[in-house]
Amino acid sequence: MRLVNLHPNRGGAIALGVLPFLILLFAYVLGSNTRLAENPDDKLLPSGSTLVESVKQYAFEEDRRSGEVLLWVDTVASLKRITIALGICATFGIAFGLAIGAVPYVRSTLAPFVSALSMIPPLAILPILFIVLGLGEVAKVALIVIGVTPVIIRDLALRASELPNEQLIKAQTLGASSWLLASRVILPQLWPRLIDAVRLQLGCAWLFLIAAEAIASTEGLGYRIFLVRRYLAMDVILPYVVWITLIAFAMDWALRTLRARLFPWAETAK
Amino acid sequence: MASVTVKRLWKEYGKQVVLENLNFTIADHEFVTIVGASGCGKSTFLRMLLGVEAPTRGEMLIDGQPIAPEPGPERGIVFQRYSLFPHLSVLQNLMLGLEFEGSRWLGRLFGAKRRVAIDKARALLDLIGLDAARDKYPTQLSGGMQQRLSIAQSVIREPKVLLLDEPFGALDPGITSDMHEIVLRLWKANRMTIFMITHDLKECFQLGTRVLVFDKPRHDPQSPEVYGATVTYNLPLDKDARSAGIHSSLPLTSSHLTPIHSSPTESAPVF
Repeated sequence: MRLVNLHPNRGGAIALGVLPFLILLFAYVLGSNTRLAENPDDKLLPSGSTLVESVKQYAFEEDRRSGEVLLWVDTVASLKRITIALGICATFGIAFGLAIGAVPYVRSTLAPFVSALSMIPPLAILPILFIVLGLGEVAKVALIVIGVTPVIIRDLALRASELPNEQLIKAQTLGASSWLLASRVILPQLWPRLIDAVRLQLGCAWLFLIAAEAIASTEGLGYRIFLVRRYLAMDVILPYVVWITLIAFAMDWALRTLRARLFPWAETAK
Repeated sequence: MASVTVKRLWKEYGKQVVLENLNFTIADHEFVTIVGASGCGKSTFLRMLLGVEAPTRGEMLIDGQPIAPEPGPERGIVFQRYSLFPHLSVLQNLMLGLEFEGSRWLGRLFGAKRRVAIDKARALLDLIGLDAARDKYPTQLSGGMQQRLSIAQSVIREPKVLLLDEPFGALDPGITSDMHEIVLRLWKANRMTIFMITHDLKECFQLGTRVLVFDKPRHDPQSPEVYGATVTYNLPLDKDARSAGIHSSLPLTSSHLTPIHSSPTESAPVF
């Protein structure tokens, strides 16, 4: 049989999926042991026991200076920023995406402007945000909003314009006004696509968040990583990176589940 | 009541003439079938009736009134595909027209009004044999079921004119006879005038009370765009003959239909 027609069974698929993670883990342990055997003070690839010790210290013990559990404080701060920012992005995204996709006059007015906005590298205007909005929470949320919203708007406007013309004409022959066409025909079909658009932008949102936190912050996952970098504390950085990855993965999974739960029709559409 | 009058109607795209000088009147409650070669303006004609395209010259009147320049509830449409709403269940798809009618801002009905709408939709679902599938989504239906739903959806607001653009073109030949029965039943139950484009000559004679044949009467091989198509035959069919089974008793012979290069009894699509 051809390779393209061979499919692993369920157990095999899981085993194959786990395999690259195991290889990475094995390579790390091997590298770490080799380096530590040569120089017990090596900080680049800390041993498993050192990592566990650091995780215990950051995730379960109160910090001696502030009396707070640092990982917990950082996680809450970062999650608050990213969820508020993504909420704002989604709100603007669906509103403008719908308007641009559904109304030709709005499309002519706003589509070129949004396209231009989406080409601005958000990190290039980060200094402007800090100057104008100060070093507080607003600037960090604003960076994510500015970076992610235009992309979501463009995506949703594109999706709205991809709806078959037959559907829109049919709705009009059933008596739909522009408002009803937007609210009962186009908008409901954009919701699952909004979730997809946000999922695809999760990576970018985290990138912007960590960049903003690295530059000006007093707590947050990105802040901590850049703080301990000064001490070459790989035993802290590595668990933080894994933790951020896990959170992002969980958010993606939650959104995917939400989409399947709320919009079952969009699952069968494929 | 819906008579349709077409007077000196022309449609041109730039220099290309698509339709030239259409003149006819269709009486109320006729079932008009339209045949003709590909690219001779049948769909353009239907789109003008629908209001998504404007005539270049001439008039189109429904009951003496000019046609509104955008689609509206007095003219229903069934396309070949893509006209169901994938996010709504079968019942919701059917109720949508009633909800648009009864609720201008929310597009949703509640309480007693909603129950009336559900009853009306379910009666229609029963008629088209889809009541058991009422909670499914359109993508879970077969092509024939989708098209039955699409037809019922167009009829529920009782349009004066129903336009069918090759509604069975994408279906298995086996299903089409069921579909014909449904269309005829709906046509008899609602007092509407139907225009149906088809590529199937058998279908066209079986269903119609009048056949319009679109063709180009003149042809210039050097510049094919200067002459458009027009209605070359406007044939009223005897309704009694139709209900008695037209294949044998129809007074038409193939000699009447030489421009179509085929006899009306041939069942396969010809174009």
